Amino acid sequence: MTAGILLQIAQTLLAILLAPLLLGWVNQCRAWLQGRGAPPITQPYRSIRKLFHKDAVIAHNASPLFRFAPYMIFACMALAAGIVPMIVNDLPFSPAADAIALVGVFALARVFLALAAMDIGTSFGTLGARREMLVAFLAEPALLMVFFTASLISQSTELPHIVETLAHSEFAIYPSLAFAAVAFWMISVAENARIPVDNPTTHLELTMIHEAMILEYSARHLALIEWAVALKLFTYSALGIALFLPWGIAAAGDWGALPLAVLALFAKMAGGGFLLAFMEAISAKLRLFRVPEYLGTAFLLAVLGMLIHFLLEV
Amino acid sequence: MSLTYHLQVVNLLAALLLLISFAMLSQRRIVGLVTLFAWQGAALSLSTAIVAWSTDQHHLYYSAALTLALKVIAMPWFFYRLVKKLDVDRDVEPMINIPTTMLIGIALVIFSFNLALPISELSGTVMRSTLGIAMACVLLAFLMMITRRNAIPQVIGFLAMENGLFFAATSATYGMPLVVELGVALDVLIGVFVLGIFFFQIRETFDSLDLKHMEKLKER
Repeated sequence: MTAGILLQIAQTLLAILLAPLLLGWVNQCRAWLQGRGAPPITQPYRSIRKLFHKDAVIAHNASPLFRFAPYMIFACMALAAGIVPMIVNDLPFSPAADAIALVGVFALARVFLALAAMDIGTSFGTLGARREMLVAFLAEPALLMVFFTASLISQSTELPHIVETLAHSEFAIYPSLAFAAVAFWMISVAENARIPVDNPTTHLELTMIHEAMILEYSARHLALIEWAVALKLFTYSALGIALFLPWGIAAAGDWGALPLAVLALFAKMAGGGFLLAFMEAISAKLRLFRVPEYLGTAFLLAVLGMLIHFLLEV
Repeated sequence: MSLTYHLQVVNLLAALLLLISFAMLSQRRIVGLVTLFAWQGAALSLSTAIVAWSTDQHHLYYSAALTLALKVIAMPWFFYRLVKKLDVDRDVEPMINIPTTMLIGIALVIFSFNLALPISELSGTVMRSTLGIAMACVLLAFLMMITRRNAIPQVIGFLAMENGLFFAATSATYGMPLVVELGVALDVLIGVFVLGIFFFQIRETFDSLDLKHMEKLKER
Protein backbone atom coordinates (compact mmCIF):
# COMPACT_ATOMS: atom_id res chain seq x y z
CA MET A 1 0.00 0.00 0.00
CA THR A 2 2.81 2.42 0.92
CA ALA A 3 4.56 1.51 -2.30
CA GLY A 4 1.35 2.29 -4.19
CA ILE A 5 1.04 5.68 -2.52
CA LEU A 6 4.69 6.45 -3.26
CA LEU A 7 4.18 5.49 -6.89
CA GLN A 8 1.06 7.65 -7.00
CA ILE A 9 2.96 10.66 -5.70
CA ALA A 10 5.83 9.95 -8.09
CA GLN A 11 3.52 9.70 -11.09
CA THR A 12 1.64 12.89 -10.27
CA LEU A 13 4.88 14.80 -9.68
CA LEU A 14 6.29 13.41 -12.90
CA ALA A 15 3.25 14.67 -14.79
CA ILE A 16 3.43 18.12 -13.18
CA LEU A 17 7.16 18.44 -13.82
CA LEU A 18 7.19 17.04 -17.35
CA ALA A 19 4.12 18.88 -18.62
CA PRO A 20 5.97 22.02 -19.75
CA LEU A 21 8.49 19.78 -21.49
CA LEU A 22 5.73 18.33 -23.68
CA LEU A 23 4.54 21.83 -24.52
CA GLY A 24 8.11 22.83 -25.36
CA TRP A 25 8.48 19.78 -27.58
CA VAL A 26 5.25 20.57 -29.45
CA ASN A 27 6.36 24.18 -29.96
CA GLN A 28 9.76 23.02 -31.16
CA CYS A 29 8.27 20.55 -33.66
CA ARG A 30 5.90 23.18 -34.91
CA ALA A 31 8.71 25.64 -35.44
CA TRP A 32 10.70 23.02 -37.38
CA LEU A 33 7.73 22.15 -39.54
CA GLN A 34 7.10 25.79 -40.30
CA GLY A 35 10.74 26.30 -41.20
CA ARG A 36 11.42 28.70 -38.35
CA GLY A 37 14.25 28.56 -35.85
CA ALA A 38 12.93 26.58 -32.89
CA PRO A 39 12.96 27.88 -29.32
CA PRO A 40 14.77 25.57 -26.88
CA ILE A 41 12.70 22.73 -25.54
CA THR A 42 12.94 24.14 -22.02
CA GLN A 43 11.41 27.47 -23.04
CA PRO A 44 8.10 26.89 -21.16
CA TYR A 45 10.06 26.29 -17.92
CA ARG A 46 11.93 29.54 -18.43
CA SER A 47 8.77 31.55 -19.03
CA ILE A 48 7.11 30.02 -15.99
CA ARG A 49 10.16 30.82 -13.85
CA LYS A 50 10.30 34.35 -15.15
CA LEU A 51 6.62 34.86 -14.37
CA PHE A 52 7.02 33.56 -10.84
CA HIS A 53 9.69 36.19 -10.18
CA LYS A 54 7.51 39.10 -11.22
CA ASP A 55 5.17 41.16 -9.07
CA ALA A 56 1.50 40.52 -9.64
CA VAL A 57 -0.69 43.34 -10.87
CA ILE A 58 -4.38 42.91 -10.18
CA ALA A 59 -7.26 45.11 -11.25
CA HIS A 60 -8.89 47.22 -8.51
CA ASN A 61 -12.30 45.70 -8.98
CA ALA A 62 -11.07 42.10 -8.91
CA SER A 63 -12.92 39.89 -6.44
CA PRO A 64 -11.22 37.15 -4.38
CA LEU A 65 -12.43 34.69 -7.01
CA PHE A 66 -10.02 36.23 -9.48
CA ARG A 67 -7.05 35.54 -7.20
CA PHE A 68 -8.33 32.13 -6.22
CA ALA A 69 -9.06 30.81 -9.71
CA PRO A 70 -5.48 30.05 -10.88
CA TYR A 71 -4.84 27.86 -7.84
CA MET A 72 -8.15 26.11 -8.38
CA ILE A 73 -7.42 25.49 -12.06
CA PHE A 74 -3.95 24.17 -11.32
CA ALA A 75 -5.30 21.94 -8.55
CA CYS A 76 -7.97 20.50 -10.86
CA MET A 77 -5.39 19.67 -13.50
CA ALA A 78 -3.04 18.10 -10.93
CA LEU A 79 -5.95 16.02 -9.62
CA ALA A 80 -6.78 14.87 -13.14
CA ALA A 81 -3.13 14.01 -13.74
CA GLY A 82 -3.21 11.87 -10.60
CA ILE A 83 -6.27 9.92 -11.74
CA VAL A 84 -5.24 9.02 -15.29
CA PRO A 85 -3.02 5.91 -15.45
CA MET A 86 0.25 6.98 -17.04
CA ILE A 87 2.96 4.57 -15.96
CA VAL A 88 1.34 2.19 -13.51
CA ASN A 89 -2.20 0.94 -13.67
CA ASP A 90 -4.57 0.83 -10.71
CA LEU A 91 -2.88 3.28 -8.36
CA PRO A 92 -4.52 3.90 -4.96
CA PHE A 93 -5.86 7.26 -6.09
CA SER A 94 -7.54 6.14 -9.29
CA PRO A 95 -10.81 4.83 -7.76
CA ALA A 96 -11.37 8.42 -6.56
CA ALA A 97 -12.91 9.33 -9.90
CA ASP A 98 -14.00 7.38 -12.95
CA ALA A 99 -14.06 8.66 -16.51
CA ILE A 100 -17.28 10.61 -15.98
CA ALA A 101 -16.02 12.35 -12.85
CA LEU A 102 -12.83 13.17 -14.73
CA VAL A 103 -14.89 15.10 -17.28
CA GLY A 104 -16.41 16.89 -14.29
CA VAL A 105 -12.96 17.82 -12.96
CA PHE A 106 -12.05 19.37 -16.30
CA ALA A 107 -15.38 21.16 -16.32
CA LEU A 108 -14.75 22.57 -12.83
CA ALA A 109 -11.46 24.08 -13.95
CA ARG A 110 -13.17 25.56 -16.98
CA VAL A 111 -15.98 27.09 -14.95
CA PHE A 112 -13.47 28.83 -12.70
CA LEU A 113 -11.46 30.08 -15.65
CA ALA A 114 -14.58 31.48 -17.31
CA LEU A 115 -15.82 33.09 -14.08
CA ALA A 116 -12.45 34.67 -13.43
CA ALA A 117 -12.39 35.98 -16.99
CA MET A 118 -15.76 37.66 -16.50
CA ASP A 119 -14.88 38.87 -13.02
CA ILE A 120 -12.97 41.98 -14.07
CA GLY A 121 -15.69 42.99 -16.48
CA THR A 122 -13.53 43.72 -19.50
CA SER A 123 -15.09 43.01 -22.85
CA PHE A 124 -12.28 40.68 -23.87
CA GLY A 125 -12.67 38.49 -20.81
CA THR A 126 -16.41 38.16 -21.31
CA LEU A 127 -15.95 37.46 -25.00
CA GLY A 128 -13.36 34.80 -24.30
CA ALA A 129 -15.50 33.19 -21.61
CA ARG A 130 -18.51 33.02 -23.91
CA ARG A 131 -16.50 31.50 -26.72
CA GLU A 132 -14.92 29.02 -24.34
CA MET A 133 -18.36 27.96 -23.15
CA LEU A 134 -19.53 27.58 -26.74
CA VAL A 135 -16.64 25.22 -27.42
CA ALA A 136 -16.96 23.44 -24.09
CA PHE A 137 -20.66 22.65 -24.13
CA LEU A 138 -20.23 20.98 -27.50
CA ALA A 139 -16.98 19.19 -26.65
CA GLU A 140 -18.11 17.76 -23.32
CA PRO A 141 -20.91 15.45 -24.52
CA ALA A 142 -18.62 14.23 -27.30
CA LEU A 143 -15.90 13.45 -24.74
CA LEU A 144 -18.43 11.56 -22.64
CA MET A 145 -19.49 9.56 -25.68
CA VAL A 146 -15.86 8.60 -26.30
CA PHE A 147 -15.58 7.40 -22.71
CA PHE A 148 -18.84 5.49 -23.05
CA THR A 149 -17.54 3.66 -26.11
CA ALA A 150 -14.44 2.57 -24.22
CA SER A 151 -16.56 1.73 -21.18
CA LEU A 152 -18.91 -0.45 -23.21
CA ILE A 153 -15.98 -2.56 -24.35
CA SER A 154 -14.58 -3.03 -20.86
CA GLN A 155 -17.95 -2.96 -19.03
CA SER A 156 -16.73 -0.33 -16.59
CA THR A 157 -16.24 3.42 -16.44
CA GLU A 158 -13.20 3.06 -14.18
CA LEU A 159 -10.07 3.99 -16.11
CA PRO A 160 -7.91 1.20 -14.59
CA HIS A 161 -10.46 -1.40 -15.75
CA ILE A 162 -10.50 0.04 -19.25
CA VAL A 163 -6.70 -0.01 -19.45
CA GLU A 164 -6.64 -3.51 -18.00
CA THR A 165 -9.12 -4.82 -20.59
CA LEU A 166 -7.40 -3.18 -23.54
CA ALA A 167 -3.75 -3.63 -22.64
CA HIS A 168 -3.48 -6.87 -20.76
CA SER A 169 -5.96 -9.21 -22.44
CA GLU A 170 -5.91 -10.82 -25.88
CA PHE A 171 -5.32 -8.38 -28.72
CA ALA A 172 -8.38 -7.55 -30.80
CA ILE A 173 -9.20 -4.89 -33.35
CA TYR A 174 -12.06 -2.72 -32.17
CA PRO A 175 -13.49 -0.64 -35.04
CA SER A 176 -15.51 1.31 -32.49
CA LEU A 177 -12.33 2.41 -30.73
CA ALA A 178 -10.91 3.65 -34.01
CA PHE A 179 -13.88 5.98 -34.34
CA ALA A 180 -13.60 7.00 -30.72
CA ALA A 181 -9.89 7.72 -31.18
CA VAL A 182 -10.50 10.11 -34.06
CA ALA A 183 -13.28 11.80 -32.07
CA PHE A 184 -11.02 12.04 -29.02
CA TRP A 185 -8.28 13.64 -31.09
CA MET A 186 -10.68 16.29 -32.41
CA ILE A 187 -12.04 16.97 -28.93
CA SER A 188 -8.66 17.27 -27.28
CA VAL A 189 -7.52 19.70 -29.96
CA ALA A 190 -10.57 21.82 -29.20
CA GLU A 191 -10.28 21.51 -25.42
CA ASN A 192 -6.60 22.38 -25.37
CA ALA A 193 -7.15 25.49 -27.48
CA ARG A 194 -5.01 24.38 -30.39
CA ILE A 195 -5.38 24.97 -34.12
CA PRO A 196 -7.91 24.59 -35.84
CA VAL A 197 -10.21 25.69 -33.02
CA ASP A 198 -8.02 28.23 -31.26
CA ASN A 199 -4.49 29.47 -31.80
CA PRO A 200 -2.38 29.34 -28.64
CA THR A 201 0.00 32.02 -29.88
CA THR A 202 -2.41 34.64 -31.16
CA HIS A 203 -3.54 37.82 -29.48
CA LEU A 204 -5.84 38.87 -32.29
CA GLU A 205 -9.17 39.82 -30.79
CA LEU A 206 -11.23 38.31 -33.58
CA THR A 207 -9.87 34.81 -33.13
CA MET A 208 -8.57 34.27 -29.62
CA ILE A 209 -10.55 32.18 -27.16
CA HIS A 210 -8.25 30.98 -24.40
CA GLU A 211 -5.89 33.96 -24.53
CA ALA A 212 -8.79 36.39 -24.21
CA MET A 213 -9.73 34.85 -20.89
CA ILE A 214 -6.30 35.15 -19.30
CA LEU A 215 -5.39 38.62 -20.56
CA GLU A 216 -5.86 40.21 -17.12
CA TYR A 217 -3.58 37.77 -15.33
CA SER A 218 0.06 38.47 -14.60
CA ALA A 219 3.04 37.08 -12.70
CA ARG A 220 2.45 34.03 -10.47
CA HIS A 221 -1.22 33.76 -11.41
CA LEU A 222 -0.36 33.70 -15.09
CA ALA A 223 2.47 31.27 -14.42
CA LEU A 224 0.07 28.88 -12.69
CA ILE A 225 -2.42 29.14 -15.53
CA GLU A 226 0.25 28.54 -18.16
CA TRP A 227 1.49 25.57 -16.18
CA ALA A 228 -2.07 24.27 -15.86
CA VAL A 229 -2.49 24.60 -19.63
CA ALA A 230 0.64 22.52 -20.15
CA LEU A 231 -0.59 20.02 -17.58
CA LYS A 232 -3.96 19.80 -19.30
CA LEU A 233 -2.28 18.98 -22.59
CA PHE A 234 -0.16 16.37 -20.83
CA THR A 235 -3.17 14.84 -19.08
CA TYR A 236 -5.21 14.71 -22.27
CA SER A 237 -2.29 13.03 -24.05
CA ALA A 238 -1.98 10.52 -21.22
CA LEU A 239 -5.71 9.91 -21.38
CA GLY A 240 -5.54 9.29 -25.12
CA ILE A 241 -2.63 6.91 -24.59
CA ALA A 242 -4.46 5.09 -21.80
CA LEU A 243 -7.58 4.62 -23.91
CA PHE A 244 -6.19 3.92 -27.36
CA LEU A 245 -2.51 2.93 -27.04
CA PRO A 246 -2.34 1.37 -23.57
CA TRP A 247 0.40 -1.15 -24.35
CA GLY A 248 3.33 -0.57 -22.08
CA ILE A 249 1.50 0.75 -19.03
CA ALA A 250 2.64 -1.51 -16.22
CA ALA A 251 0.08 -3.71 -14.49
CA ALA A 252 -0.51 -3.09 -10.81
CA GLY A 253 2.34 -4.41 -8.67
CA ASP A 254 4.55 -5.24 -11.64
CA TRP A 255 7.79 -3.52 -10.63
CA GLY A 256 9.91 -5.03 -13.39
CA ALA A 257 7.81 -3.34 -16.08
CA LEU A 258 8.31 0.14 -14.63
CA PRO A 259 11.39 1.31 -16.59
CA LEU A 260 9.82 0.08 -19.81
CA ALA A 261 6.57 1.87 -18.92
CA VAL A 262 8.41 5.16 -18.42
CA LEU A 263 10.23 4.70 -21.72
CA ALA A 264 6.97 3.83 -23.49
CA LEU A 265 5.31 6.94 -22.03
CA PHE A 266 8.14 9.12 -23.29
CA ALA A 267 8.08 7.57 -26.76
CA LYS A 268 4.31 7.86 -27.09
CA MET A 269 4.26 11.42 -25.80
CA ALA A 270 7.02 12.42 -28.22
CA GLY A 271 5.13 10.77 -31.09
CA GLY A 272 1.82 12.33 -30.07
CA GLY A 273 3.39 15.75 -29.65
CA PHE A 274 4.96 15.56 -33.09
CA LEU A 275 1.64 14.48 -34.59
CA LEU A 276 -0.11 17.40 -32.90
CA ALA A 277 2.46 19.84 -34.26
CA PHE A 278 2.17 18.27 -37.70
CA MET A 279 -1.63 18.52 -37.72
CA GLU A 280 -1.36 22.12 -36.59
CA ALA A 281 1.13 22.90 -39.33
CA ILE A 282 -1.07 21.52 -42.10
CA SER A 283 -4.41 22.91 -41.00
CA ALA A 284 -5.80 26.41 -40.97
CA LYS A 285 -7.76 27.90 -38.13
CA LEU A 286 -11.50 27.47 -38.46
CA ARG A 287 -13.90 30.37 -38.42
CA LEU A 288 -15.57 30.49 -35.02
CA PHE A 289 -18.93 29.67 -36.55
CA ARG A 290 -17.53 26.55 -38.14
CA VAL A 291 -16.41 25.26 -34.72
CA PRO A 292 -19.85 23.83 -33.81
CA GLU A 293 -19.74 21.89 -37.06
CA TYR A 294 -16.26 20.58 -36.21
CA LEU A 295 -17.32 19.49 -32.74
CA GLY A 296 -20.58 18.13 -34.11
CA THR A 297 -18.49 15.90 -36.34
CA ALA A 298 -16.52 14.73 -33.30
CA PHE A 299 -19.76 13.93 -31.48
CA LEU A 300 -21.06 12.10 -34.52
CA LEU A 301 -17.91 9.99 -34.74
CA ALA A 302 -18.16 9.07 -31.08
CA VAL A 303 -21.82 8.10 -31.45
CA LEU A 304 -21.01 6.10 -34.58
CA GLY A 305 -18.33 4.30 -32.60
CA MET A 306 -20.90 3.33 -30.00
CA LEU A 307 -23.38 2.14 -32.62
CA ILE A 308 -20.70 0.12 -34.36
CA HIS A 309 -19.78 -1.46 -31.07
CA PHE A 310 -23.34 -2.74 -30.74
CA LEU A 311 -23.40 -3.99 -34.31
CA LEU A 312 -20.00 -5.62 -34.70
CA GLU A 313 -18.54 -6.36 -31.30
CA VAL A 314 -21.31 -7.69 -29.09
CA MET B 1 -14.09 -11.74 -29.51
CA SER B 2 -13.90 -15.08 -31.22
CA LEU B 3 -13.50 -13.71 -34.74
CA THR B 4 -10.29 -14.34 -36.61
CA TYR B 5 -8.01 -11.44 -37.37
CA HIS B 6 -8.83 -11.06 -41.04
CA LEU B 7 -12.51 -10.85 -40.18
CA GLN B 8 -11.69 -8.17 -37.64
CA VAL B 9 -9.95 -6.31 -40.44
CA VAL B 10 -13.05 -6.71 -42.60
CA ASN B 11 -15.12 -5.28 -39.77
CA LEU B 12 -12.70 -2.38 -39.50
CA LEU B 13 -12.96 -1.75 -43.24
CA ALA B 14 -16.75 -1.89 -43.00
CA ALA B 15 -16.61 0.75 -40.28
CA LEU B 16 -14.30 2.78 -42.53
CA LEU B 17 -16.84 2.49 -45.34
CA LEU B 18 -19.48 3.99 -43.07
CA LEU B 19 -17.10 6.73 -42.00
CA ILE B 20 -16.38 7.63 -45.63
CA SER B 21 -20.11 7.75 -46.33
CA PHE B 22 -20.47 10.34 -43.58
CA ALA B 23 -17.46 12.25 -44.84
CA MET B 24 -19.07 12.40 -48.29
CA LEU B 25 -22.24 13.71 -46.69
CA SER B 26 -20.29 16.54 -45.10
CA GLN B 27 -18.02 17.33 -48.04
CA ARG B 28 -18.68 20.67 -49.69
CA ARG B 29 -16.32 20.47 -52.65
CA ILE B 30 -16.78 18.25 -55.65
CA VAL B 31 -13.13 17.26 -56.00
CA GLY B 32 -13.06 16.20 -52.36
CA LEU B 33 -16.16 14.16 -53.01
CA VAL B 34 -14.49 12.35 -55.90
CA THR B 35 -11.44 11.58 -53.76
CA LEU B 36 -13.65 10.20 -51.00
CA PHE B 37 -15.49 8.11 -53.54
CA ALA B 38 -12.19 6.63 -54.70
CA TRP B 39 -11.26 5.82 -51.09
CA GLN B 40 -14.61 4.18 -50.54
CA GLY B 41 -13.99 2.02 -53.60
CA ALA B 42 -10.54 1.11 -52.27
CA ALA B 43 -11.93 0.06 -48.88
CA LEU B 44 -14.65 -1.96 -50.60
CA SER B 45 -12.20 -3.67 -52.92
CA LEU B 46 -9.81 -4.51 -50.09
CA SER B 47 -12.54 -5.92 -47.88
CA THR B 48 -13.90 -8.02 -50.77
CA ALA B 49 -10.42 -9.38 -51.43
CA ILE B 50 -9.96 -10.30 -47.76
CA VAL B 51 -13.32 -12.05 -47.67
CA ALA B 52 -12.38 -13.91 -50.85
CA TRP B 53 -9.11 -15.01 -49.30
CA SER B 54 -10.58 -16.07 -45.97
CA THR B 55 -13.52 -18.00 -47.39
CA ASP B 56 -11.98 -19.37 -50.62
CA GLN B 57 -14.61 -17.76 -52.83
CA HIS B 58 -12.64 -17.31 -56.04
CA HIS B 59 -15.17 -15.24 -57.94
CA LEU B 60 -14.89 -12.57 -55.25
CA TYR B 61 -11.30 -11.93 -56.37
CA TYR B 62 -12.65 -10.92 -59.77
CA SER B 63 -15.20 -8.58 -58.28
CA ALA B 64 -12.52 -7.04 -56.05
CA ALA B 65 -10.33 -6.46 -59.09
CA LEU B 66 -13.30 -5.07 -61.01
CA THR B 67 -14.07 -2.66 -58.18
CA LEU B 68 -10.46 -1.57 -58.04
CA ALA B 69 -10.25 -0.96 -61.77
CA LEU B 70 -13.58 0.79 -62.17
CA LYS B 71 -14.31 2.60 -58.93
CA VAL B 72 -10.84 3.44 -57.71
CA ILE B 73 -9.09 4.21 -60.98
CA ALA B 74 -11.37 4.70 -63.98
CA MET B 75 -14.34 6.59 -62.59
CA PRO B 76 -12.47 8.98 -60.27
CA TRP B 77 -10.14 9.78 -63.16
CA PHE B 78 -13.13 10.43 -65.38
CA PHE B 79 -14.74 12.66 -62.75
CA TYR B 80 -11.54 14.61 -62.14
CA ARG B 81 -11.35 15.35 -65.83
CA LEU B 82 -15.02 16.23 -65.97
CA VAL B 83 -14.73 18.65 -63.06
CA LYS B 84 -11.72 20.27 -64.66
CA LYS B 85 -13.37 20.56 -68.07
CA LEU B 86 -16.65 21.86 -66.69
CA ASP B 87 -14.78 24.10 -64.25
CA VAL B 88 -17.26 23.52 -61.42
CA ASP B 89 -14.99 22.99 -58.43
CA ARG B 90 -16.23 25.43 -55.85
CA ASP B 91 -18.18 25.12 -52.63
CA VAL B 92 -21.69 23.89 -53.23
CA GLU B 93 -24.13 24.62 -50.44
CA PRO B 94 -26.42 21.66 -49.89
CA MET B 95 -30.18 22.12 -49.52
CA ILE B 96 -30.16 21.27 -45.81
CA ASN B 97 -27.23 22.55 -43.74
CA ILE B 98 -24.55 20.02 -42.97
CA PRO B 99 -24.99 19.44 -39.19
CA THR B 100 -28.68 18.72 -39.74
CA THR B 101 -27.81 16.34 -42.56
CA MET B 102 -25.41 14.56 -40.22
CA LEU B 103 -28.11 14.18 -37.58
CA ILE B 104 -30.50 12.74 -40.16
CA GLY B 105 -27.61 10.47 -41.15
CA ILE B 106 -27.25 9.16 -37.59
CA ALA B 107 -30.99 8.46 -37.46
CA LEU B 108 -30.66 6.56 -40.75
CA VAL B 109 -27.77 4.52 -39.34
CA ILE B 110 -29.76 3.53 -36.26
CA PHE B 111 -32.73 2.66 -38.48
CA SER B 112 -30.70 0.49 -40.82
CA PHE B 113 -28.81 -1.26 -37.99
CA ASN B 114 -32.16 -2.20 -36.48
CA LEU B 115 -33.52 -3.24 -39.83
CA ALA B 116 -30.54 -5.41 -40.63
CA LEU B 117 -30.45 -7.25 -37.33
CA PRO B 118 -33.15 -9.88 -38.09
CA ILE B 119 -31.98 -10.22 -41.70
CA SER B 120 -28.39 -10.87 -40.75
CA GLU B 121 -29.46 -13.58 -38.34
CA LEU B 122 -30.92 -15.51 -41.28
CA SER B 123 -27.72 -15.24 -43.28
CA GLY B 124 -25.00 -17.83 -42.89
CA THR B 125 -21.93 -15.87 -43.95
CA VAL B 126 -19.04 -15.07 -41.64
CA MET B 127 -19.43 -11.32 -42.09
CA ARG B 128 -23.19 -11.08 -41.73
CA SER B 129 -22.99 -8.49 -38.98
CA THR B 130 -21.71 -5.93 -41.48
CA LEU B 131 -25.00 -6.05 -43.38
CA GLY B 132 -26.29 -3.19 -41.23
CA ILE B 133 -23.35 -1.05 -42.28
CA ALA B 134 -23.96 -1.85 -45.93
CA MET B 135 -27.59 -0.79 -45.64
CA ALA B 136 -26.58 2.36 -43.80
CA CYS B 137 -24.17 3.19 -46.66
CA VAL B 138 -26.97 2.77 -49.18
CA LEU B 139 -29.31 5.03 -47.23
CA LEU B 140 -26.61 7.65 -46.59
CA ALA B 141 -25.76 7.79 -50.29
CA PHE B 142 -29.46 8.15 -50.97
CA LEU B 143 -29.59 11.03 -48.49
CA MET B 144 -26.67 12.66 -50.27
CA MET B 145 -28.49 12.44 -53.60
CA ILE B 146 -31.54 14.07 -52.04
CA THR B 147 -29.73 16.93 -50.34
CA ARG B 148 -27.50 17.99 -53.25
CA ARG B 149 -28.70 20.19 -56.07
CA ASN B 150 -25.64 19.91 -58.24
CA ALA B 151 -25.64 17.16 -60.88
CA ILE B 152 -22.18 15.70 -60.25
CA PRO B 153 -22.64 15.03 -56.48
CA GLN B 154 -25.93 13.38 -57.33
CA VAL B 155 -24.22 10.98 -59.72
CA ILE B 156 -21.48 10.30 -57.16
CA GLY B 157 -24.20 9.61 -54.62
CA PHE B 158 -25.73 7.14 -57.04
CA LEU B 159 -22.37 5.38 -57.43
CA ALA B 160 -21.82 5.34 -53.68
CA MET B 161 -25.23 3.72 -53.35
CA GLU B 162 -24.07 1.04 -55.77
CA ASN B 163 -20.98 0.57 -53.57
CA GLY B 164 -23.25 0.01 -50.58
CA LEU B 165 -25.39 -2.48 -52.46
CA PHE B 166 -22.31 -4.35 -53.59
CA PHE B 167 -21.07 -4.53 -50.02
CA ALA B 168 -24.50 -5.71 -48.86
CA ALA B 169 -24.39 -8.52 -51.43
CA THR B 170 -20.93 -9.55 -50.28
CA SER B 171 -21.81 -9.53 -46.62
CA ALA B 172 -25.15 -11.34 -46.96
CA THR B 173 -24.41 -13.96 -49.60
CA TYR B 174 -20.69 -13.72 -50.58
CA GLY B 175 -21.57 -11.58 -53.60
CA MET B 176 -23.77 -12.03 -56.62
CA PRO B 177 -22.88 -14.46 -59.41
CA LEU B 178 -20.06 -13.15 -61.55
CA VAL B 179 -22.26 -12.67 -64.63
CA VAL B 180 -24.61 -10.40 -62.70
CA GLU B 181 -21.71 -8.45 -61.25
CA LEU B 182 -20.13 -7.96 -64.67
CA GLY B 183 -23.47 -6.81 -66.01
CA VAL B 184 -23.93 -4.31 -63.18
CA ALA B 185 -20.40 -3.01 -63.56
CA LEU B 186 -20.90 -2.47 -67.29
CA ASP B 187 -24.23 -0.77 -66.66
CA VAL B 188 -22.72 1.58 -64.15
CA LEU B 189 -19.82 2.39 -66.45
CA ILE B 190 -22.10 3.14 -69.39
CA GLY B 191 -24.43 5.08 -67.09
CA VAL B 192 -21.61 7.29 -65.91
CA PHE B 193 -20.48 8.03 -69.46
CA VAL B 194 -24.03 8.84 -70.57
CA LEU B 195 -24.50 11.10 -67.55
CA GLY B 196 -21.18 12.75 -68.35
CA ILE B 197 -22.55 13.67 -71.76
CA PHE B 198 -25.72 14.89 -70.06
CA PHE B 199 -23.66 17.19 -67.84
CA PHE B 200 -22.35 18.98 -70.88
CA GLN B 201 -25.85 19.25 -72.33
CA ILE B 202 -27.28 20.57 -69.06
CA ARG B 203 -24.55 23.13 -68.81
CA GLU B 204 -24.97 24.23 -72.39
CA THR B 205 -28.69 24.77 -71.85
CA PHE B 206 -28.69 26.37 -68.39
CA ASP B 207 -25.11 27.61 -67.94
CA SER B 208 -24.91 25.74 -64.63
CA LEU B 209 -25.09 22.24 -63.24
CA ASP B 210 -27.60 23.25 -60.61
CA LEU B 211 -30.59 21.03 -61.14
CA LYS B 212 -33.08 23.55 -59.80
CA HIS B 213 -33.02 25.13 -63.24
CA MET B 214 -34.63 21.98 -64.53
CA GLU B 215 -37.84 23.11 -62.88
CA LYS B 216 -38.20 25.65 -65.66
CA LEU B 217 -38.90 22.77 -68.01
CA LYS B 218 -42.32 22.27 -66.43
CA GLU B 219 -45.38 23.10 -68.51
CA ARG B 220 -47.56 25.65 -66.87
